[in-house]
Amino acid sequence: MTQRLPLIIFALVMAAIPLIPGIPPFWIVLLDNIGLAELVAMGLVLLTGVGGLTSFGQAAFCGFGAYTTAVLTTAYGMSPWLTLPASLLVSGIAAVLLGIVTVRLSGHYLPLGTIAWGIGLFYLFSKLEFLGRNDGISGIPPLSIGSFRMLSPDAIYYAIWVAVLLAALLTMNLLDSRTGRAIRALRRGHIAAEAFGVQTPRAKLLVFIYAAVLAGLSGWLYAHFQRAANPTPFGAQAGIEYLFIAVVGGAGYVWGAVLGAGIVVVLKEVLQSYLPYIFGGQSQLEAIVFGIMLVLLLQLAPSGVWPWLMSLLPFKPARKAPDTSLKLEHRERAPGSSSVLLRIEKARKQFGGVIAVNDVSFDVNAREIVALIGPNGAGKSTTFNLITGVLTATGGAISVLGRKVENAPPQEIVKLGVSRTFQHVKLVPDMTVLENVAIGAHLRGNSGAISSMLRLDRTDEAKLLAEAARQIERVGLSDQIDQLAGSLSLGQQRIVEIARALCVDPMLLLLDEPAAGLRHMEKQRLATLLRQLRDGGMSVLLVEHDMGFVMDLADRIVVLDFGTKIAEGTPAAIKTNPAVIKAYLGAAA
Amino acid sequence: MLSLLQDGITNGAIYALLGLALVLVFAVTRVILIPQGEFVTYGALSYAMLATGQVPGTVQLAVVMGLVAFALDLVFARKSLHARLVMRSAALNVAFPVALLGLTYALVGPNTPVAINIALALLIVAAIGLFLYRIAFQPIAHTSVLVLLIASVGCHLALQGLGLVFFGAEGLRGPALSNAAVTAGPLRFTGQSLAVYGLTVAAIVALWLFFGFTKTGKALRATAVNRLGARLVGIRTTLSGQIAFLLASVIGAISGILIVPITTLYYDTGFLIGLKVFIAAIIGGLVSYPLTAVAAILVGIVEAFSSFYASNFKEVIVFFLILPVLVLRSLAAPEVEEEKDYAR
Repeated sequence: MTQRLPLIIFALVMAAIPLIPGIPPFWIVLLDNIGLAELVAMGLVLLTGVGGLTSFGQAAFCGFGAYTTAVLTTAYGMSPWLTLPASLLVSGIAAVLLGIVTVRLSGHYLPLGTIAWGIGLFYLFSKLEFLGRNDGISGIPPLSIGSFRMLSPDAIYYAIWVAVLLAALLTMNLLDSRTGRAIRALRRGHIAAEAFGVQTPRAKLLVFIYAAVLAGLSGWLYAHFQRAANPTPFGAQAGIEYLFIAVVGGAGYVWGAVLGAGIVVVLKEVLQSYLPYIFGGQSQLEAIVFGIMLVLLLQLAPSGVWPWLMSLLPFKPARKAPDTSLKLEHRERAPGSSSVLLRIEKARKQFGGVIAVNDVSFDVNAREIVALIGPNGAGKSTTFNLITGVLTATGGAISVLGRKVENAPPQEIVKLGVSRTFQHVKLVPDMTVLENVAIGAHLRGNSGAISSMLRLDRTDEAKLLAEAARQIERVGLSDQIDQLAGSLSLGQQRIVEIARALCVDPMLLLLDEPAAGLRHMEKQRLATLLRQLRDGGMSVLLVEHDMGFVMDLADRIVVLDFGTKIAEGTPAAIKTNPAVIKAYLGAAA
Repeated sequence: MLSLLQDGITNGAIYALLGLALVLVFAVTRVILIPQGEFVTYGALSYAMLATGQVPGTVQLAVVMGLVAFALDLVFARKSLHARLVMRSAALNVAFPVALLGLTYALVGPNTPVAINIALALLIVAAIGLFLYRIAFQPIAHTSVLVLLIASVGCHLALQGLGLVFFGAEGLRGPALSNAAVTAGPLRFTGQSLAVYGLTVAAIVALWLFFGFTKTGKALRATAVNRLGARLVGIRTTLSGQIAFLLASVIGAISGILIVPITTLYYDTGFLIGLKVFIAAIIGGLVSYPLTAVAAILVGIVEAFSSFYASNFKEVIVFFLILPVLVLRSLAAPEVEEEKDYAR
């Protein structure tokens, strides 16, 4: 409820504005335009700010929405309300087709791709005969309810703003859910998300389609507002402007899109009416100012206006603490009673001519803590990546509970009950500890995007958060539960990663240098926790450089050097093993 | 058929020249240089205006940008200002463009020799390129490729809008550089197109030699891979960026001057040219000079043929050409996540 309050207030204010006596009709037109831009920008917030997929091509999806209804209403005489699903569907299908190609693109190839098809589609719109070429299509009927025809700007105002508010509500619901967390994890790279079962390509395609459908909705409204459609508002320039709106407002925030659209549309209006007086009657002058402002903004306030405004607020919106009494069902255990949890047989990994892991074999049994040690570059983290499917092995076999996991992707490995932490911490810094840890429970929930948007996921969601809170308590970070992960110390971040891995409800926990960056007391607490986990039936495989920590804790130690296993045994045996001493201290020792 | 091929290759050679500049800038600064197209139009249209005896607005722009760059130098160095630094910055950012302005006014006229007009146009665009890096990109040089790309789009918007102010909405054409022509069998090679081929080949070889075999070239490459590392071994990374932008703007202006006698250029033509160049540069992975050159010529040929057989859909075909290329590229070089100890 506390979260909805600003939205309700905002809705009431927006509903009241046209009723103010004497308000200039021109302001209403401006607000209509702001609303239309907000719809597109909101999609971009999800796509670019949250999901990390920069698109310069959103205007093209508005085009799909607008032209669909334009053709269907003028050439086939369909009712505008019937064309709404058609418009959304066409934008959605266009997004699927373009998205399948686009979201596979990595890094800077993606925005370049969107520029290219954005311009390509603009030319397509302006060349196709049935879309009226450069002149477009005019005479589109207005929206109407019964005999009430929404001809004037203040009539369609309500249609536009109902759409905006609904979109804002659905988007915020989506972000605050299991699927939302998966989307928010995308921007920080896919490895961590995939390690907890997130199908990243599917999540990317989902936000891509969502953003396109919102743009299509904006296009549909635009066509019935202007009663005409031509290629210009769907070109590259418009696509750039939408991205500008998102950056100005704060690309990571739904309200940033709302604010940014307001700022940019008003600014554009002001510039268009005053610049020609200053410079003489030239058009396109506002583009100069926009360009310069975009560059300035990136230099001075790269995260946008909204987060800056929020930081001025004297109070922070409080979050409801999860109800930890709710129980989350255990993960379904794979059948099999073998006492050998993990068996690695002659695992091999070559990078070109370098053999990082050279025919390494060892087992991890049930209820056992095994340590993997070795000097830097010995192949320890590579072994972890082979086990968890981040890398595919060049040779050998890895099996979990007697089942071979031949080059299975990370999402499949975690389903078997093997979860991990990373040597280089992979948390989402601008998500809270609770939200980060809840990503670990991704596979134990099943609500999809649609049920999240409609808030049908609340029981499922509450259980996931309860489980996350329990694991945070277990590792002793309850005091930091609502802090942003990025504000914690390195040691604490590593502990958060352990809590996230525990949320999987694993049989085998892989920890990559968990004690690095911890203080003495913290290390002791960690050791106690790991012993408790073992006694509770879990196995642990850890890479660690702190010998004191390892020797005290591990039941068995495997030593690697230059990718090859040089020793295996109890801590006492390893301490006196001549090969190990040689590897660590050199031949003379 | 053969003449279509010839058209394609001539256009392709221009794209190749520009593609080299794109690759160069990306390799050194990680900036995807969308305003490359504006360097082309600025060069071409400044030259065309000078040829008619007018002073192009670009030279005033150079002075204004120089002043902003000077101010930025002062602000960023305010804690450690000393006379030498101020003098150096003033000479480069103030004296140079002001002298250029004076020179332009002194030399401009309907009978000014072509060579002087070319030299002026090149100097003007070179100054703009240099200052553009200082103003727009140097302060955010450490940020991600994406942020740099968005800034780059911002620069394109501003420069293209200014282009409209300077050159008007009407297109311009410049006088030919040479009227010589050679006939070989059914084909006729103008001096113009021979100059295009010659300059492209020369530029490829020069860049290849520069980056492969000179110390400065290697320093520039090192900057691209790791700015901090490059600084630690004593490379002045800001200088590297400025050199890259200087080269790119000069190459852009040369290309513009080469095309403007053949086709009418408008203030916004450069952007479209630039985007076609991207397709080539991306095929070359934004790193390989020879591959980019070959790809650029291919793009030119595809364009020539599609404008003949499906002229209405020429742009559509060329821009959708990029998609399969991007997919192949992403599959060939999967994303590598940055490894940091902390999540920040």
